[in-house]
Amino acid sequence: MPEILALLIAPDWVRSLTGERPPNVFWAEYIVWPLIQIVIVLFVVLTVVAYLVYFERKISAFIQARLGPMRVGPWGILQPAADGLKLLLKEDIIPIKADKLVFSIAPIISVVSTLVVLAVIPWGAAWATIANVNIGLLFVLAVSSVSVLGLVLAGWSSNSKYSLLGALRSSAQMVSYEVGMGLSIIGALIFARTLSLSGIVEAQRADGLPYFLFQPLGFLIYLISALGETNRAPFDLPEAESELVAGYHTEYSGFRWALFFMAEYTAMLVTSAVAVTVFLGGWYFPGLDWIKSNWGPNIYVLLSVAAFAGKIAVLIYAYMWFRWTWPRYRYDQLMELGWKWLIPAGLANVVLTGVWYVLALPEAQGGVFGFVKQTAGRYVPTGYGKIYFILTGFIITIPLSWALLATINRRSRDFNLHDQRQLQIKLRSERIKRNEPVAE
Amino acid sequence: MEKALFIIFAVVSVAAALNILLQRNPLYSALSLVGTLIALSALYVMLRAQFIAAIQIVVYAGAIMVLFVFVIMLLNAPKEAPYIEKHKALRFLAIPFAGLLIAEAFYVIRLVKPIQMPASDDSAQAVGTTLSVGTKLFTDYLLPFEVTSVLILMAIVGAMVLARRGED
Amino acid sequence: MQEEITKPRETLLDAEEMALNMGPQHPSTHGVLRVLLKLDGETVIDLDCDIGFLHRGVEKIAEQDTYAMITPYWDRLDYVAAVSGDLCYVEGVEKLLQVEVPRRAEYLRVILTELQRIASHLLWLGTHAIDIGAVTVLLYCFREREEILKIFEDFIGARLTAHAFRIGGLWWDVYPEFETRVRDFLKIIPDRITEYETLLNTNRIWLSRTVGIGVLPAEEAINLSLTGPVLRGSGVNYDVRKAQPYSAYADFDFEVPLGENGDTYDRYLIRMEEMRQSVRIIEQALDGLPEGPVMAKVPKVIKPPVGEIYHSIEAPKGELGVYLVSDGTGKPYRMRIRPPAYINLQSLKRMAIGHLVADVVAIIGTIDIVLGEVDR
Repeated sequence: MPEILALLIAPDWVRSLTGERPPNVFWAEYIVWPLIQIVIVLFVVLTVVAYLVYFERKISAFIQARLGPMRVGPWGILQPAADGLKLLLKEDIIPIKADKLVFSIAPIISVVSTLVVLAVIPWGAAWATIANVNIGLLFVLAVSSVSVLGLVLAGWSSNSKYSLLGALRSSAQMVSYEVGMGLSIIGALIFARTLSLSGIVEAQRADGLPYFLFQPLGFLIYLISALGETNRAPFDLPEAESELVAGYHTEYSGFRWALFFMAEYTAMLVTSAVAVTVFLGGWYFPGLDWIKSNWGPNIYVLLSVAAFAGKIAVLIYAYMWFRWTWPRYRYDQLMELGWKWLIPAGLANVVLTGVWYVLALPEAQGGVFGFVKQTAGRYVPTGYGKIYFILTGFIITIPLSWALLATINRRSRDFNLHDQRQLQIKLRSERIKRNEPVAE
Repeated sequence: MEKALFIIFAVVSVAAALNILLQRNPLYSALSLVGTLIALSALYVMLRAQFIAAIQIVVYAGAIMVLFVFVIMLLNAPKEAPYIEKHKALRFLAIPFAGLLIAEAFYVIRLVKPIQMPASDDSAQAVGTTLSVGTKLFTDYLLPFEVTSVLILMAIVGAMVLARRGED
Repeated sequence: MQEEITKPRETLLDAEEMALNMGPQHPSTHGVLRVLLKLDGETVIDLDCDIGFLHRGVEKIAEQDTYAMITPYWDRLDYVAAVSGDLCYVEGVEKLLQVEVPRRAEYLRVILTELQRIASHLLWLGTHAIDIGAVTVLLYCFREREEILKIFEDFIGARLTAHAFRIGGLWWDVYPEFETRVRDFLKIIPDRITEYETLLNTNRIWLSRTVGIGVLPAEEAINLSLTGPVLRGSGVNYDVRKAQPYSAYADFDFEVPLGENGDTYDRYLIRMEEMRQSVRIIEQALDGLPEGPVMAKVPKVIKPPVGEIYHSIEAPKGELGVYLVSDGTGKPYRMRIRPPAYINLQSLKRMAIGHLVADVVAIIGTIDIVLGEVDR
């Protein structure tokens, strides 16, 4: 009996809320409370994901001079529930020639790898951060890189050409854009000096400015790569319905298809959450400290969660706005953008940011200007330092990287996919003229 | 707690590793390998080597295994009997080799002294973090690090040369 | 070892050529077109069109129907430009009968066919844009097309297969508010065209998807006997409205936009400009709309004299022609249709080889085919 009671004893962070200090109990600490947290986060996030689909439909409708879903409930707000029910009750079709085992686990890999990331996202101040892992950012990148596997396996196991082409496209695309995404974050890490997501938020709080001001190029690269990484328009090639029907999930139906859909929207949420954490100051906003001291810790935490959600909402709205406004890139153009612009720009950003940072250090540490002062164990830019970093970021880093890339890309004809293709076409037409077999 | 987790992940990794060998379908073997890698990275976390754990997943499970699966998909698993079944004599070599491997394992287990798990205070936790790994890598092990990167660069250049050879 | 590597393997992707079957049920073949693609990776190395899924034998049916009964079949050839189809046939029969159509009817015919041209181009723009991934343009285009369809519905009673014309003129005169309705529409449409152009004209992605895609030199376009915007995109100045003015087109002042490079982007620009020119024509026709009857004196039973004629008009897709042979009875001895979409579709192979699969979709869109007309 005492063991069962012990299950309900709250861990440290709940005790800090209520002010009690009962003994540390293993089950409560490691099993029960984590489970409760997991259930809460999954429930909230999956509901939000279902409503993201609703908002996507509503926003697209308003952009397109329509009304969107209106029938299920007032303003169609029960539409996600109806959709979910419909997908659950649909027949689960597995093609006869499909590899049944792989076909069934592919959507699970896809959705699990995106959901696991939710554990380390700092949703808000204090207890609203579930797990503060010291390699948080790396964890996010690591786990989300596994989701590619789900798409590849889905495309392969369907045993359909459209699916396979879609899977090939998506995996090549995601692997490429992951690199750009990883590189774009490094600049911000130079300022934060930690990989912990909460640590990055705290660093921006201490520095007084969100990092997109210091890292405009990095933020830009991140936003573009995130669109590519989550397969959203204008990079939604894997699902290009006009060419490949539905890409890797062509053969899927019912709830398995819904899992892919869920994975896509959760990935959108996660990449936005990371963007908010790293570049937009996370859950912090100016005046939050005043609220904490005047309105109490609970309102402080709730407001921080609200700020985080608000910032994510802005980014997701932008995602949807892009999707319903722009045409779609072609596969080779997308690869060209990823490899010839985003990745080199990311590298240039890392190098230039490093140079600016070292120059800003005090003379004792090899710097010149001394714009970065060590206070309370952290390196914090001074007032001049902030202006210095913003100016270097906007006025030097962006134009310099652009000029560099434009020069390189103009010169490297050999690596120009378009010219390569033209060359192949030329060779092929010459072969046709000489009546030789066309394929190499 | 740690013991329980260790047993869970150790069993998962060993079972997945066995499954790699037992599966006939190379794609299933590759998937089992992903399972092994993920279980191993969990073990790394328990050794407080979080950085290594994350890199293990990024590099192996995320990138290299995708490449593996790609290759298996493109070659689509030859249907003919594997090499070992064509040359039955090789089968008898397996027994002495297995014996050798087991003997080696026993020797290593006996030789290596069990190390004390680092206590969970901050100084010990710092061992496996990005900071400590990075510091070591760019000070004590700078030369090996640079040499390795040059090696990888060479491999990339080589791959490009091989891939573009047909276009002359 | 060498042999093992070069030995062909039976796999989905490793084969040097992969055959991909696009259609007949495919979202972006604009109907039941089946395209057989031979791919090397994603590059098209060969292509074949399989048509006829919508074949109804209109030309043969015509031999068993009276002249008046044939007209509705023309609505259903190019079903997104029904009025233009009607015009071609009706004028052909009038030529055979040597009937003089009243001026008012001629003007109203011009107004309706030009409205139909705008509607057809709007539909083309929407579907072309959705093929390239810009979904929203489709709904904007349909919003404006809806206005045209409403005008048709109130006049003719039908929206899509608007059977507007009769041999000898129009069945009825237009309803009283017709002119104000059309003028209201003309007021909004130029701004709306500008709106689409804002979305697409300078959009980097749109440019990279259309510029230099499906290039067709002028000489080759002529050799393939292409007509309409596809021909004019290559810079060949041929528009039936100018070359052999029919109906009342000689009365109006308008320009024929021409392209320079013959690529998908030029053809897009041309169709946008054609919509503006159509607006100009309709405005002039409304300003000069004569009073009078809308129907000529045509016998109840139409029995044209023995003879044969060819008549063609500039339909939204290109030169739509009819060849009629009369043996003096109430039914044509032979009716032959020159469908522009069918002939323009020939250029698909020439334009698509060497491009990627994604470009094939864009090129099918830029030819602007309607399978009802291709298959007849």
